[in-house]
Amino acid sequence: MEKKVIIAGFGGQGVMLAGELLAEAGKEDNKYVTFLPSYGPEMRGGTANCDVIISDEPIASPIISYPEAAVILNLPSLDKFEPAMKKDGLLVLNKSLIPREVKRNDLRVVEVDAQTIAKELGNEKIVNMILLGVYITIEKPVSLDSVKNAMKLFLKGNKEKFIPVNEKALEKGAEIAEEFLGRK
Amino acid sequence: MGEKTLMKGAEVIAEAAMRAGCMAFFGYPITPQNEVPEYFSRQMPKLGRVFLQAGSEVAAINMVYGAACTGTRVITTSSSPGISLMQEGFSYIANSDVPCVVVNAMRGGPGLGDIAPAQADYFQAVKGGGHGDYHSIVIAPYTLQEEADLMFDAFDLADKYRIMVVVLVDGLMGQMMEPVEFKEWVDVKKFKTPDWATVGQRDRDHRNIITSLEILAEGLEKMNFHLQEKYKIIEKNEVRFEEYKMDDAEYAITAFGTIARIAKTVVNMARDEGIKLGLIRPITLWPFPTKLIEKRAEQLKFFFDSELNAGQMLEDVKLAVNGRKPVYFYGKLGGIVPSAEDIYAEFKKHIKGDR
Repeated sequence: MEKKVIIAGFGGQGVMLAGELLAEAGKEDNKYVTFLPSYGPEMRGGTANCDVIISDEPIASPIISYPEAAVILNLPSLDKFEPAMKKDGLLVLNKSLIPREVKRNDLRVVEVDAQTIAKELGNEKIVNMILLGVYITIEKPVSLDSVKNAMKLFLKGNKEKFIPVNEKALEKGAEIAEEFLGRK
Repeated sequence: MGEKTLMKGAEVIAEAAMRAGCMAFFGYPITPQNEVPEYFSRQMPKLGRVFLQAGSEVAAINMVYGAACTGTRVITTSSSPGISLMQEGFSYIANSDVPCVVVNAMRGGPGLGDIAPAQADYFQAVKGGGHGDYHSIVIAPYTLQEEADLMFDAFDLADKYRIMVVVLVDGLMGQMMEPVEFKEWVDVKKFKTPDWATVGQRDRDHRNIITSLEILAEGLEKMNFHLQEKYKIIEKNEVRFEEYKMDDAEYAITAFGTIARIAKTVVNMARDEGIKLGLIRPITLWPFPTKLIEKRAEQLKFFFDSELNAGQMLEDVKLAVNGRKPVYFYGKLGGIVPSAEDIYAEFKKHIKGDR
């Protein structure tokens, strides 16, 4: 098993956190893992993306040039990564911030109105976790439980109170994925 | 060995250095390695060790020089433009026979350049950089686990030969995360002050003097001979490299650091198509695995060198091959990292007439 994904969006959308969480979950599952961030010098705004690889074998290059899967949180990121996607690749899109259709017709596309769903769940900052839940449920690089366990390492102390809503977000994402897979 | 921790490459450098018994850090911030001093600044005071942010890189390297003269395990870390500012100190340290470790997380140059990963400081690290006939031991890890392990070796080699050891990584290795298993903490209480250290005369019957100055040419020549003797021993004993799928190889990629990691993917791509490609990865860039490449030249049809520069290690590969086989090159400049697909396509251009 070797799963590669690019997670991309604006700085501040939790792109890196989602990637690190996925990497940590992979490590918890005793897999080989690489996490490679790529962003400009700015703290907020600007585009940010990370490459995460989870594998049963030692990982050679940590760079993903032609993604088999991408979690895309904004329009500039879709513009950037859509042309490079592998055929039959999986695009998980934050439809709330992407006002156009996917141009290619050889990709698997899951469009999620994540911003609206996040608001309904009571926290607008969990868009990243909803979309991560979708990706994990479809591609299964790690189990949802491993991500939940890993989350405890990131949300400590006064951030601990955010664990339930983030878990809910992952589960909501899983639900959307199941629908996409036609299991519900 | 403990359990695995998911860590950033820059933090791995700092954690491994502390575990290896590094007692002092002096440095000046520069992207893309600021997480190294940040980590040291949090942890070193807790251990009762020194963290000091100097006023400039020039000040930092001279503080390193000073600490090194006392036989203390000392480190500085920086990135390309900062390392350039330190070169005078490098040269002084070399002719003073004192041990220290320097990490260069290379970024795009020349000049202020950018903050993207590059390998364009190979010449500077391997061929001098500072003035005079000197070498530093230069080691280039290619995964974070190897980086964690080699930091221990860096300090050991520095002490063993009283020499500067440069750990040459790039911005990508500083920023990426990977699970790492660290070696156990070195017991610093067992460290003994070396008999050459300048820590006060005390009950010694002579004063220790450390200097890179010798006004008389005959004297300075002697100091140079001493350095050259030391370098010969290092060249004989400390060459390190990794070979990947080289036993039956007809072609070899030569690459170091990050690009060697990408090259491993290239080797696997070629093998999937039945092309007998292997990888020769120098771990020590100085001393360079010249003899290995000399030997491999017999079995190979050609070498294909790939680097994040305009062809720097390429010269050392060519010197070792000595015209017996072609040596082709593919590099990216200014901080651009090629994909495995790019490198493979370039490699295959040379194979066409060959098969």
